[in-house]
Amino acid sequence: MDAMNAIRETFFQECDEQLGELETGLLSMVEGAGDAETVNAVFRAVHSIKGGAGAFKLKTLVKFAHGFETTLDKIRNGQLSPDSAVLKTMLRAADLLADLVREARSGSTGDDARLDELLADLQSHLADTAPTATLREDSNPFEALGFQPLALCLDDDASPDNPDTPSDSEYVITFMPKPELYTSGNETTRLLRELCRLGDAQVECIDTELPLIADIDPEGAYLTWRIKLRSKEDLAAIKAVFEFVDDDCTLDISIITPLSTTADDPVNLESGAERVVDFPNQKLGEQQGAASIAGANDLRALHTSASVLTPGASSKAGVDAIKAEAAANSNAQQSTIRVDLDRVDRLINLVGELVINQAMLSQRVHEAGFGIVPSVSAGLDDLEHLTRDIQESVMAIRAQPVRQLFQRMSRIVREVADATGKSVRLKTEGENAEVDRTVIERLADPLTHMIRNAVDHGLESPEVRLAAGKPEQGEVRLSAAHKSGRVVIEVCDDGAGIDRSRVKSIAIRKGLIPADAQLTDSELDNLLFLPGFSTAESVSSISGRGVGMDVVKRSIQALGGRISISSQPGRGSTFSMSLPLTLAVLDGMVVKVADQTLVIPLTSILETLKPKPSEVHGLGPDSHVIGIRGGFTPLIDVAVALGFRTTRSDPLSGVTLLVETGEGVRGALIVDAIQDQRQVVIKSLEANYGHVDGIAAATILGDGRIALILDADAIVSAVSRNNYPNEALLAIG
Amino acid sequence: MSEMGLLASDNAREFITFRIGSQYFCIDILCVREIRGWTPATALPRAPRFVRGVINLRGIVLPVVDLAERFGFAPAEPTPRNVIIVAQTSRQVVGLLVDAVSDIVVVAKDRLQPTPDVGSDAAKAFVEGVMAIEDRLVSLVSLETLMPCAKGEAA
Repeated sequence: MDAMNAIRETFFQECDEQLGELETGLLSMVEGAGDAETVNAVFRAVHSIKGGAGAFKLKTLVKFAHGFETTLDKIRNGQLSPDSAVLKTMLRAADLLADLVREARSGSTGDDARLDELLADLQSHLADTAPTATLREDSNPFEALGFQPLALCLDDDASPDNPDTPSDSEYVITFMPKPELYTSGNETTRLLRELCRLGDAQVECIDTELPLIADIDPEGAYLTWRIKLRSKEDLAAIKAVFEFVDDDCTLDISIITPLSTTADDPVNLESGAERVVDFPNQKLGEQQGAASIAGANDLRALHTSASVLTPGASSKAGVDAIKAEAAANSNAQQSTIRVDLDRVDRLINLVGELVINQAMLSQRVHEAGFGIVPSVSAGLDDLEHLTRDIQESVMAIRAQPVRQLFQRMSRIVREVADATGKSVRLKTEGENAEVDRTVIERLADPLTHMIRNAVDHGLESPEVRLAAGKPEQGEVRLSAAHKSGRVVIEVCDDGAGIDRSRVKSIAIRKGLIPADAQLTDSELDNLLFLPGFSTAESVSSISGRGVGMDVVKRSIQALGGRISISSQPGRGSTFSMSLPLTLAVLDGMVVKVADQTLVIPLTSILETLKPKPSEVHGLGPDSHVIGIRGGFTPLIDVAVALGFRTTRSDPLSGVTLLVETGEGVRGALIVDAIQDQRQVVIKSLEANYGHVDGIAAATILGDGRIALILDADAIVSAVSRNNYPNEALLAIG
Repeated sequence: MSEMGLLASDNAREFITFRIGSQYFCIDILCVREIRGWTPATALPRAPRFVRGVINLRGIVLPVVDLAERFGFAPAEPTPRNVIIVAQTSRQVVGLLVDAVSDIVVVAKDRLQPTPDVGSDAAKAFVEGVMAIEDRLVSLVSLETLMPCAKGEAA
């Protein structure tokens, strides 16, 4: 079943892309920028999801996608004008579709009531449409290959909306493959077998077009098949059989008589069966030789009459959709490939090795005295450039634009705006900025929270906004931009800004700061990041989920990022996050501690300093604090904390790094010397050994040896747990 | 029966034998990924004494276990002549620091005897069985019990 699972996985990946397209399309329609191609793209997205879902027998998904598609089709052919009410329903439908896809992926079942309600809503929009659904059909479907959307009336009759009343229908399918069908590797036998599986089928081969043997082009296609099929399946199911060869054959499907299969009418069934008797009863393997010219002529006649009978130009709209989709797919295939993440990661690892190896080689060449030879040193320089280029290109493979992440946020904004009764517009900028996939994945939760906060707490209610002379509709701006090797993501609202006096009173009430504390505006703003702080007076279902900005800050820091706030009363607030482009490398300071080389992540270092004797104070028998800017920060000897040394070194002999943990606790780390500042490749220590307290990971230095990356958070927290004074409070007080 | 014949009969196992001090040990050759010379290891904080640290094995962070120390002998004073056997256990890859690798032997399965009861805890914990090869006692090392469950790993 592995192959099947892989296909299923691919389907869901494609669904994600289609959902993204769908949302982008709908949003641009909301903006009023939706031309015919946008509507088509939206239709295609839903149609593709429906098609794939059908293949995996995801009934709920098919049912909803079908209802959705039907309404979209009306918009597509101009019967329903996409006004704001309709588009609102569409966006909600897109959200539900995304939910359904997710449910189908995880195998859970969701809220049927919501589904039915939305389907009813979609239906209600349909009712508004002009009763022009009975379109006349064009007898030649190929004249209509130019875009002329028509309703799939048949789908409504035989749609899965009423799956309990299946009735046998009799179809006549004329299938005339073109040479392209064979050259693209399709096989008629397989298609015919597929058809036979749908019901009772009688297959006949028409070989009238077959030329004399001398004139035969061995790669030509001369045979036509006519299939008489009695089946419970609807037209869409039959068309689905030919879905992949639609471009490469002439296909005509017509319904002769829908037969009743009700138990009290067996005669009808009988006569239905009778009707097919006069067709030569042939087996698939024998078709080619056995067709008679007389039979073929009969068929000709039947074919023409059948075409006339074809209701609602059955396949035109579908043909268009599938063709357009095929075109879109072939474009996509040219520009992207799907690659297993493991393979990419392996490549990244290998390139990391290459970089280290190149550094080692260059060091050894210089040690051996060859470095002064111009040709050798030029070669080494080229090699270095090349390896850097390769490394950057490989890292770029893992990078993804933040667009999908931003698209998800527009849904959050809609939901929160609906729940709070606010009118909000989300403006996104820099969606093309690329960041490592893992960073994007782990950014989703904190960003969702910040967007919720911005709408729920940041923006005022419409009345307040109007009273303040602002437009009724609030704006949340989400932007991404590359700045000096990092990506900066900003969440900006044009709300009331942070109410600093309220922040202060809450902080005092919760005992986070002393009542007489004098704080600057920015210090007040940063109180929002303290654990246990929430300005929401009432815990609403949107923001008050027990997660505060402290959790957001911690998640960002876990990613090696930093977050800051700026706020202007009455004008709004901006949360700005600076994140690394990748998690595979980090910028670190290389330090010496008790003859060991350690790397300390730059993101946790606030500053480095050489303590003066007057700043260091003893506190208790064997601990010291350092007085910086009016506060006292515990001095931590890294060598002792890691057990490399048992006796504390003189705090004045080394260098001190001031670090801050995710909780805002500061510590001053004493190291012996600072060696270098460089980018290092992160290696797991857990894979073959296990977690070591105080160590985040390992890396390989230029000399090929392993250096450990310090977990500054863990070191400082471990010390502060040992009853050190809480620096956060002292510094503020 | 010839060695190849013995192996083909599915009745035998192939071992790599190595020396620690004056005693001989072996592990199943199927567990051995490679054998390499000693390179200085980076010490790990708060690691057990027998974990010499980690080395860079082509980009993999490889912990090195001093088998002498682990078995309760005097800890090794590694020189470039010492050897690290890179072995694959069910959970991880680990480097075993030994004095020298001596041989590859094919042994019929029935020649493996249970560990004699000798009171030494280390012997009981790390030796799966013993066998006699060319008048020498060779102990089969149990790889799975060598590495401690590091803190946090169980969680």
